[in-house]
Amino acid sequence: MLTVEKLSKSFADGQNQIVAVNDVSFEVPDGKLFTLLGPSGCGKTTTLRCIAGLESPERGLIKVDDRVFFSSKTGKRIKPNERGLGMLFQSYAIWPHMTVYDNVAFPLVVERRGQRRSKAAIRERVEKVLTTVQLQRVADRPATDLSGGQQQRVALARALVLEPPLLLLDEPLSNLDAKLRGDMRLELKRLQREIGITTVYVTHDQAEALAMSNLVAVMSEGAIQQVGSPRDIYSRPASRFVADFIGSSNFIEGSIEQRDPDGCYVVRTAAGLLRASSTLDYSVGDTAVVSIRPEHVELKLGAPPSTEPNVWGGIVVMRGFLGEAFDHLVAVGPVQVRARTNPAGSVSRDEKVTILLPSDACSLVPGD
Amino acid sequence: MLLVVGAVLLIVGYLALTPLGYLLWGTFFDEGGFTLRFFEEALSQQDFAEVALTSFAFSGGATVLAMVIGCALAYLLVRTDIALKRVIFAGSLVPLIVPSILQVISWIFLLAPRTGFLNRIAASLSLGPFDIFSLPGMIFVEGMGLAPLVFLLMAAALRSMDPSLEESALMSGANLNTVIRRVTLPIVRPALFAALLIMGVHSLQAFETPAILGIPDGTWTFTSRIWNSLHGFPREFGPAGAYSVMLLALTGVGVFLHSRLTKRSTAWQTVTGRGYRPRPIELGRWRGPLTAAALGYVVFVVVLPLMIMFFASFQPYFAAISVAATENLSLDNYRLIFERRNILRSTQNSLVLGISSATFIMFLTAVAAWLVVRTRVAGRWVVDNLTFLPIVVPGLVMGVALLFVYLRHPVPIYGTLWILFIAFLTKYMPYGMRFASSSMFQIGVELEESARMSGASWWQSFRRIVLPLLFPGLIAGWIYVLVVSIRELSTAILVYSPGNEVLAVEIWELWQDGRLTQLAALGTLMVVALLALAGLAYKIGSRIGIRETALEPAPLPGEL
Repeated sequence: MLTVEKLSKSFADGQNQIVAVNDVSFEVPDGKLFTLLGPSGCGKTTTLRCIAGLESPERGLIKVDDRVFFSSKTGKRIKPNERGLGMLFQSYAIWPHMTVYDNVAFPLVVERRGQRRSKAAIRERVEKVLTTVQLQRVADRPATDLSGGQQQRVALARALVLEPPLLLLDEPLSNLDAKLRGDMRLELKRLQREIGITTVYVTHDQAEALAMSNLVAVMSEGAIQQVGSPRDIYSRPASRFVADFIGSSNFIEGSIEQRDPDGCYVVRTAAGLLRASSTLDYSVGDTAVVSIRPEHVELKLGAPPSTEPNVWGGIVVMRGFLGEAFDHLVAVGPVQVRARTNPAGSVSRDEKVTILLPSDACSLVPGD
Repeated sequence: MLLVVGAVLLIVGYLALTPLGYLLWGTFFDEGGFTLRFFEEALSQQDFAEVALTSFAFSGGATVLAMVIGCALAYLLVRTDIALKRVIFAGSLVPLIVPSILQVISWIFLLAPRTGFLNRIAASLSLGPFDIFSLPGMIFVEGMGLAPLVFLLMAAALRSMDPSLEESALMSGANLNTVIRRVTLPIVRPALFAALLIMGVHSLQAFETPAILGIPDGTWTFTSRIWNSLHGFPREFGPAGAYSVMLLALTGVGVFLHSRLTKRSTAWQTVTGRGYRPRPIELGRWRGPLTAAALGYVVFVVVLPLMIMFFASFQPYFAAISVAATENLSLDNYRLIFERRNILRSTQNSLVLGISSATFIMFLTAVAAWLVVRTRVAGRWVVDNLTFLPIVVPGLVMGVALLFVYLRHPVPIYGTLWILFIAFLTKYMPYGMRFASSSMFQIGVELEESARMSGASWWQSFRRIVLPLLFPGLIAGWIYVLVVSIRELSTAILVYSPGNEVLAVEIWELWQDGRLTQLAALGTLMVVALLALAGLAYKIGSRIGIRETALEPAPLPGEL
């Protein structure tokens, strides 16, 4: 298990100190794939590089199981080459002067004398790892002869060859083209689950994060905004930033009208009443924002039969064809709500419609 | 368009090909047709083998010395957390601006066997003297002159290297030593070899060091031999031509190998990341000593020679720094310099020649670069190669070749400034081309296309869109050519005639007359002016994002 506690790191940029990582704490259980997700400059790569040992944090604690890599309290700091971790770089960092085999064998060849295995044992191990990533046939080729996807797998084999307790992945798919990226995403996930290696994954691509992770931490401005399973993060975003960064969302502003005994809130908005749930506490009268995904909004032809919370009447003002779905913009009084339906359920422009915003899909997040 | 491009092609072709053609023709043919007579003459000189050996020893020694110092400096400044980076960086580049003849003479002030400042100190410690008028002395001076160039080349190579290549080796468990040995060195190896070849070519072409330090001692190299056969009467064109052709062949091989190497090494380029700020390697307890060593280098190689020249410029005759010497300080040398018969004319010549050749070269290469970078004209690689061809030709050989042309040619330009103008145009055309083509690459083709779509003719879009956008790069190139043309002696030394001296020649004549302190005064003034020019180029360069190239002394021969 990886433990990161109260990690902080800042950089000097000319005269200014820029806080890149601000008091970040998380744990990654054994065998899980943990993703740090966020826009560029949010501190995710710096966090990863602190775990790797390539950056020195100012404060905090980093340990894997009982082995402390860094502790500002005791002043302990283990060098990156003594941490024994596997790392995959964004640029793959394949050494151009070596063959595929030499690249993968490097970590074994530079092992401390005494621990170093025999030539035959090294060969056996390298061949096994190359087979795992399906590159056994190109072992003797110069590494730069390979395609981007293959170089990626060489880098992965090199990171795995020492059977590290922790694998660090720094935007490993961002240099691949879209089609290959999809394939490699599944491939990486399959390998990670198969080997069962604890993994920290850094990306700015939300689809990648949702598809691959056991746990996702969304970062912004050096701090973690929310940690949870991909489903949690997607359907129950804890803040407007998370809802906006992951997928697209309707944000409907209002104020708390009443708090129900079951923990749900009723929110008064300019378009009508909404029942929504939240993990946070609000008092009546607080301003708040309801977030709901366009694909969770249900659309029906005709005006609503009665007025009740979460069922509103409106007019379709715009419609766009997306291929596998239709996007509608529905005007409800002064509020515009986006609703996504499959082509069969689509409604044409200027029609009167009823929209249903299921209360379990409505998340209440703090207003600005 | 055809008119302008055609004219540029003609001029470039004429400049690049005539001198070489005449040189080869004059060396291989005499009245009786094809002959190897001149080579036989040169080869049968009893010390030919010695001259060749000395040339190689000089070139090899200087190259190795420059490589060691330049590489160490580059690694320390680019990849580690050494202190005082900016000071050491700026200091290391100053020798690129100071004319080499002044550097050589400053070293004489410091290391002449009896009078040299450092030898005096050494003598008081009952060490040495170190005789600078010797092969080791020549190697030392040339090596120190070339080290900044190695530094620039290797710093660029290290900077363009993806830092994650080293980081992934660290993450694989390798320690710093192993990382440098097994990853860094092999990856920069192509750049190392390239630098090695460039230094080899440069030191074979060097004229000032062998002429000033070698001739008094009887240590001859190819370049000093060429000069020797041509500066007296009668001029011995045959042997000079033979030596020139041999030297040309050697530098040609170097340049060819280098271009082969750079072509192959592009296959090594791997995908690079989005440029994560490389983490400087922590030197730990070595940080202090290594900073002191680098600073010591700057003080010893850059500051001390300039200081001693500055000091000497206030002396009636050269004497090492002492209490007695400080009592004799006066401005007489500066007065004498300004009273010198030709000094104003030489200054004017240097400026007129530098400014006119810089202007003409930049216009010529702007069109040539457009042709090479923008168009799909068949044979544009010929233009590319023609503009770079003169880089193979040592300055001295260029002089020999131009003498071959214009002493046998009806065009009456020998004995006028025009021959110097043509020499400078030819020799510095490759430098201009480098600036012009690299800025041309940065201008999106659609900017020009949209001008054409707006109805502009080719000339209108070239003049109103391309030239203004190229302008910062052209200005940087212009200043660079100006600095080099004022700085360099070897191109002018054979083709000037009395009344047509330039400043570098003026210094050379002061040296020949033994007026060392006046020379120091003129040198001090020149260094101040050149540093100001280079500072200007640096400012312009950094505004358009080519910080180092603005100071880079030579287009790499590999671009041939």
